[in-house]
Amino acid sequence: MNELAALSGVSVRYASGGRVHVGLDRVDYAVAAHETAAVIGESGCGKTTLGRTLLLLQTPSEGRVHFAGEDLTALSGAALRRRRRLMQMMFQDPYASLNPRMTIGETLAEPLVVHGMETWRSAQARVAEALAMVGLAAAMQARLPHEFSGGQRQRIAIARAVIGRPRLVVADEPLSALDITLQGQILGLFRRLQESLGLTYVFISHDLPVVGRIASRVAVMLGGCIVEEGPTQEVFSRPAHPYTQALLDAVPIADPAAERLRQAREPSSPAGRPAREARAQGCPFVQRCPHAMAMCADIRPERAEVAPGRTAACWLHRADA
Amino acid sequence: MRPWLGAIGGVLLAMTALLAVAAPLAAPYRPTQINLRARLQPPDWGAPGRPRHLLGTDNVGRDVLSRIIWGARISVSVGAAAAGLGAVIGTTLGLCAGFFGGRTDAVVSWLIEVQLAFPFTLFAIFLLAALGGGFVPVVCVLALATWVNFARVVRSQAMSLRAQDFILAAQAVGVGPVRLLRRHLLPAVLPSVIVVASFSAAQAVLTEAALSFLGVGVDPTIPSWGAMLNLGRDYLSDAWWMATFPGLAIALTVLGANLLGGWLGARLEPRGS
Repeated sequence: MNELAALSGVSVRYASGGRVHVGLDRVDYAVAAHETAAVIGESGCGKTTLGRTLLLLQTPSEGRVHFAGEDLTALSGAALRRRRRLMQMMFQDPYASLNPRMTIGETLAEPLVVHGMETWRSAQARVAEALAMVGLAAAMQARLPHEFSGGQRQRIAIARAVIGRPRLVVADEPLSALDITLQGQILGLFRRLQESLGLTYVFISHDLPVVGRIASRVAVMLGGCIVEEGPTQEVFSRPAHPYTQALLDAVPIADPAAERLRQAREPSSPAGRPAREARAQGCPFVQRCPHAMAMCADIRPERAEVAPGRTAACWLHRADA
Repeated sequence: MRPWLGAIGGVLLAMTALLAVAAPLAAPYRPTQINLRARLQPPDWGAPGRPRHLLGTDNVGRDVLSRIIWGARISVSVGAAAAGLGAVIGTTLGLCAGFFGGRTDAVVSWLIEVQLAFPFTLFAIFLLAALGGGFVPVVCVLALATWVNFARVVRSQAMSLRAQDFILAAQAVGVGPVRLLRRHLLPAVLPSVIVVASFSAAQAVLTEAALSFLGVGVDPTIPSWGAMLNLGRDYLSDAWWMATFPGLAIALTVLGANLLGGWLGARLEPRGS
């Protein structure tokens, strides 16, 4: 696998109010160049933290973060900033990620200027080109963020992420703020940009149908851990981890008869129930798992290969268990 | 904030500034001209042709109006300079403390607390006695009092801004700390800085008045509003005009600064109106 970005043994812990909150717990994760990977899981599972740590916007408490063969955690602040041109983030709320006092032209030109690729004056042409790439008029440069609609802001966020010709784009819930028709348009835009610019995507999402359409690989997160990882089609058709199964079961079906069946089948402990009570030991899913065994509460299963190219962290798949 | 309130504030300040600049032309008398035969005369709007004192005279017969006009020079320049110097120092320290946190924040917060815990007037008298009076020392000492206003407001704003997505997004595209502070955080805190500047200028005008009363002001030969006000207190029952008109001048200037500051603060906010 031609690995572009990777986390190895990464933990993120926040101290707040005397308690230690675990954002990521010894996570190993890798993205291959030119693939579209997705990270899914319920809110609070650590998927946003994983995305931010991958770009070192969140400093890990332990572990290493590699990008293009280089250990980012060993770099100085200035050296890391120079690498940032190649690895970009799209935030969950595009409006909040735009400086309300800067025009769109300034916001888009900023990455080019701080990386010494253009001056404020000469950046105009590339800003116009980037706006055209996402289907916006060059004349919109002079406007402020609040003058745009939600869909336009999402396009601006995309333009900003790709204007410096990055290799990796981490997109945090890029579609959740958009209505269905816009989602289709933006997805198409993501695909076209990937082809023309050779991008690698990490999509952070809770929208399983969308992930199924765009991502070639998917990682399922729970309680700061990756509990399952593999090719999207295989993971979705034959989930190895009970939590993945629960997530898939919770997806509504657009056929009333099938949806009634699904709801009848839905277990009494739905995946939607938050699992914030981080456990020091044992499987993070043990309280909600229909297959829980005695050992699940005591020993956390390590992620291991369950099929070629697929891993899961569940005792059900361990021959030695 | 209604625009016309801001306009009133602007007009008040502009008038004060104009009087300060044009004092030699606008004042009917020399501000230091003593006339012992015309002591404690009430405001006189009498017939033209004879010497009049529109706002009365003080205890040694000096024209109150002329002294107020000349005094505007001190108040305007000291207020503006002290607020400006305090704004530069306080905003810089506040931004660094709020944004970088950690040790920087600990040092700046400690400085703020020391400053607030100190009896400032005593400190100012000590410093000015040691440095000697004069414009620059007085402005520097007043800035020691005003920078805290800026540092506290800016620090808390920078702390909450630091966690906002647009700051994180700027860092994500590779913006360094200097540019981040200058181009992203500073414009965001500027509306508050302007509002704080308006009341800090007012505070500086008042403090300068107190220092003038204590004899460590800018220049004893130039009248200042504060010194006039304090002198007039002794004659409040006999000559109300001696304290009332300088007080009114201070009040109108401070009001003007606050009105203008509030309006500017609202205008510089891009969202909503």
